[in-house]
Amino acid sequence: MPTVKFTYALKRFFPGLQQTAAQGDTLAAVLEEMESSYPGVRSYVLDEQGKLRQHVNIFIDGTMIKDRTTLSDPFSENSEIYIMQALSGG
Amino acid sequence: MKSTILLGTRKGFIAYHFQNGQWKTENLSFEGVPVSIAYADPRNGTWWACLDHGHWGVKLHRSKDRGATWEEVAAPAYPEGAEVKDGQPATTRYIWSMAHGGKSFPSKIWAGTDPGGLFVSEDEGTSFQLVESLWNHPTRKEGWFGGGRDLPGIHSIIVDPRDENHIHIGISCAGVFETADGGKTWAVRNKGLRADFLPDPYAEMGHDPHILVAAPGDPDNLWQQNHCGIFRSVNGAQSWDDIGEPEGPARFGFAITVAEDNPDQAWVAPANSDMTRTAIKGALCICRTDDGGKTWREQRKGLPQENCFDIVYRHALASSGNGVAFGTTTGNFFFSPDKGESWQVINNYLPMVYSVQFVD
Repeated sequence: MPTVKFTYALKRFFPGLQQTAAQGDTLAAVLEEMESSYPGVRSYVLDEQGKLRQHVNIFIDGTMIKDRTTLSDPFSENSEIYIMQALSGG
Repeated sequence: MKSTILLGTRKGFIAYHFQNGQWKTENLSFEGVPVSIAYADPRNGTWWACLDHGHWGVKLHRSKDRGATWEEVAAPAYPEGAEVKDGQPATTRYIWSMAHGGKSFPSKIWAGTDPGGLFVSEDEGTSFQLVESLWNHPTRKEGWFGGGRDLPGIHSIIVDPRDENHIHIGISCAGVFETADGGKTWAVRNKGLRADFLPDPYAEMGHDPHILVAAPGDPDNLWQQNHCGIFRSVNGAQSWDDIGEPEGPARFGFAITVAEDNPDQAWVAPANSDMTRTAIKGALCICRTDDGGKTWREQRKGLPQENCFDIVYRHALASSGNGVAFGTTTGNFFFSPDKGESWQVINNYLPMVYSVQFVD
């Protein structure tokens, strides 16, 4: 069962956010599950067309995903999926 | 004069309240987050914060207790398959205007966005839908383009209080559109405007009204600070006249506000041309007309007159009664109690100011 971890920056908007186990076998399905657990969180990570927001990254087992549009990067049962923000702006 | 001013700034939502002759901060919300528009609905006192998170997208929050608590609602979102251009999916990049739907439609709220979509809520802002009639307007895909922002944006929404199905909107860059049927059909209202940056300055489409406002007491009296001058219409945007000064400062700028009690009186915040976008000759100046734009008078008393770089963004100049207020790109916030005759500093240390609104 893959584990989803979130950047601390998202805790400002979702104070209850914590490391969460997921069932889904695609990244889109995993994010759908996170939406069920934390209503609204998907819109912080993806835009309304389902694309990863420009300044958000997702790492699977330490490697940044390549497909930011349809989220097709594979992962395994024991993968760690880490959602982080790009370190930009000021 | 209304006794509260809401500011949308690059680092948060700030409310000031006028008490014992002084403006004092009443509320700071969303510290650190860019607030593209801070808006209060005068019908019910609800405050709205349009957020532009750098990382997490555009968000919308409302408060029914003057900012003590906020509730996030679903921000305007483009439906699946909506495209800015062929092959370019549309997503909400910025909320650039909000307007209530009027007393006849107490649940209705309008929102204008980059990349050019007008949205309407019929449930007090709990959800918004794209106004497809305008999104599908035959001029949009080929005739609208970015100005100020990379993609077209709707920055002005004017609901006619006499008939709240009658609405004007301003788009950079496209121009002025009018609906008489609540948004079912739209007409282009760019006659008399001039777009010096186009191959044909008098083209039907592609104009750049920086902001469009109506005189509160006479809604057929419309004004716009345009990229290419200051324009006024006395016939509900059927035609426009350039009322800017050919040589004086009242010409280029972003902001304009019209007096509540006089449709011939308005203020603009002139800036250097689009080449530099700085204060003219290093000095800050507001210009006022009392005769519908025939003449303009400079109002500088109390404003910095040297080493100044401030300009005033399109939503950041407002008036109420004898009060006039504006915020600048370098975080200065000024107030005049006497229609601009003299100015006081409210704060020199704010973030960049995006919007200023007088509210109750």
